[in-house]
Amino acid sequence: MSNPSASHRPSPEGTSPSAFLKGLKCRECGRLYDLAAIHVCDFCFGPLEVDYDYEAIRRVLTRDAIQKGPNSLWRYKHLLPVVNEPTIGLHAGMTPLLKADRLGKALGLKRLYIKNDTVNHPTLSFKDRVVAVAINRARELGFKTVACASTGNLANSVSAHAASAGMNCFVFIPHDLEAGKILGNLIYKPTVVAVKGNYDDVNRLCSEIGAEYPWAFVNINIRPYYAEGSKSMAFETAEQLGWRIPDQVVVPIASGSLLTKIWKGFQEFSSLGIVDAHPGLKVNGAQASGCSPVYQAFMAGRTQFVPVKPKTIAKSLAIGNPADGYYSLDVVGKSHGQVEAATDPEIVEGMVLLAETEGVFAETAGGVTVACLRKLAKKGAIRPDDLTVAYITGNGLKTMEALTGYLPEPVGIDPTLASFRKIVNPS
Amino acid sequence: MSVLIRIPTPLRPLTNGQNEVQETGGNVREILDKLTAHYPGIGERILDEKGDVRRFINIYVNEEDIRFREGVQTALKEGDELSIIPAIAGGSR
Repeated sequence: MSNPSASHRPSPEGTSPSAFLKGLKCRECGRLYDLAAIHVCDFCFGPLEVDYDYEAIRRVLTRDAIQKGPNSLWRYKHLLPVVNEPTIGLHAGMTPLLKADRLGKALGLKRLYIKNDTVNHPTLSFKDRVVAVAINRARELGFKTVACASTGNLANSVSAHAASAGMNCFVFIPHDLEAGKILGNLIYKPTVVAVKGNYDDVNRLCSEIGAEYPWAFVNINIRPYYAEGSKSMAFETAEQLGWRIPDQVVVPIASGSLLTKIWKGFQEFSSLGIVDAHPGLKVNGAQASGCSPVYQAFMAGRTQFVPVKPKTIAKSLAIGNPADGYYSLDVVGKSHGQVEAATDPEIVEGMVLLAETEGVFAETAGGVTVACLRKLAKKGAIRPDDLTVAYITGNGLKTMEALTGYLPEPVGIDPTLASFRKIVNPS
Repeated sequence: MSVLIRIPTPLRPLTNGQNEVQETGGNVREILDKLTAHYPGIGERILDEKGDVRRFINIYVNEEDIRFREGVQTALKEGDELSIIPAIAGGSR
């Protein structure tokens, strides 16, 4: 156990802390730890977070330095927890920030943007950000095998990155995932373990497996590093908006990690002077009604959530026992944001609305975000002139089952002009 | 009731390195009381100042989170298995 008053010790794995990383620190009790493959405080079981040397970062990080960096999340490497130059996942991030005028018009919002991670590289979800960071850090720590507990997107990304890094890979998923997400693992030849249970069962099991096997579980023992990759969503948003923080963000909540890290990213940028501080930023959360522990706690005015058994088509958000649920409520509360929830039909409507107005085909989680954005706009929680960013985190081609029965059939005709005129009749 | 308790890695120094121990009790609270009595130091690690299970610890009986049952009042039967697992794991969004 580390003493909170002690300085960080050198890492036993032989990777000395970089100029910008001091160690790990318990978010609850402040105890300090080495930059090792650990994720909870030995004493209070609180989450460990990376402890940066912000003064050192401040001396080198400027807008100009960022703009001269690669066209990926690695342009923000000073604020990402890797010691050496990254060698894997070099193309994740820097996805488009779309000015969503047509969707905005439909919702009564004049300054709406979509952060479009449906086209992230290489596996079409925001998970490519966190995995890029996790795999590099796992290699620095000497691991040969990577693993994860996943609702699908994470497994896809870990499988792809492990393949490109030549590492062994085990991914653990609930047995009832969408076909596209299962295939999206198998193609990379990892060992795919389908667990007869929901994500929370998978997660608990992986915590126990991780205690026995010397693997880098990206969202367990590598979690302090992995989770930091999500900050790049905020960094990119600020840069792409012309170095400013928006008035409102809408973020889907599964574990809650993304929401808390987007908040942290904006705070880091403003405290380092990269952008002006914006105390008015409101962070809003979006959940599926069929798995809404954070929404329910928010509505009841509680600071802690009660776990639920998920039942929703938004399988990537189906975490009934969210690890960062407590901190998500904290961020939403202190930013004066709100949490909304969307039913399964509303989720599909959100997917369709986003597609038909902006040409973006999002997975079910994106439908949740758009549906909740709509509710927040309708009730006036987001005003028409608010500079608003909605985070679309995964690609619709992975969750096509959700649309079964919701879309019209193609118009069938004979291969003749007459048939076209008669049946399609585009007058 | 004799119950098997799985001890997480951070607490094993307090159980002489054992990853599993046996205790007897009729519910989760009684088991935790026995555990803290037999292994000094483990109580302050699992329970907060009010005696409640710490926020970042989840307890499972036979793989089911006790918050889906009666919390620390969850009744136990002979042969049940109790797991103490850090809450901070996972993260899909």
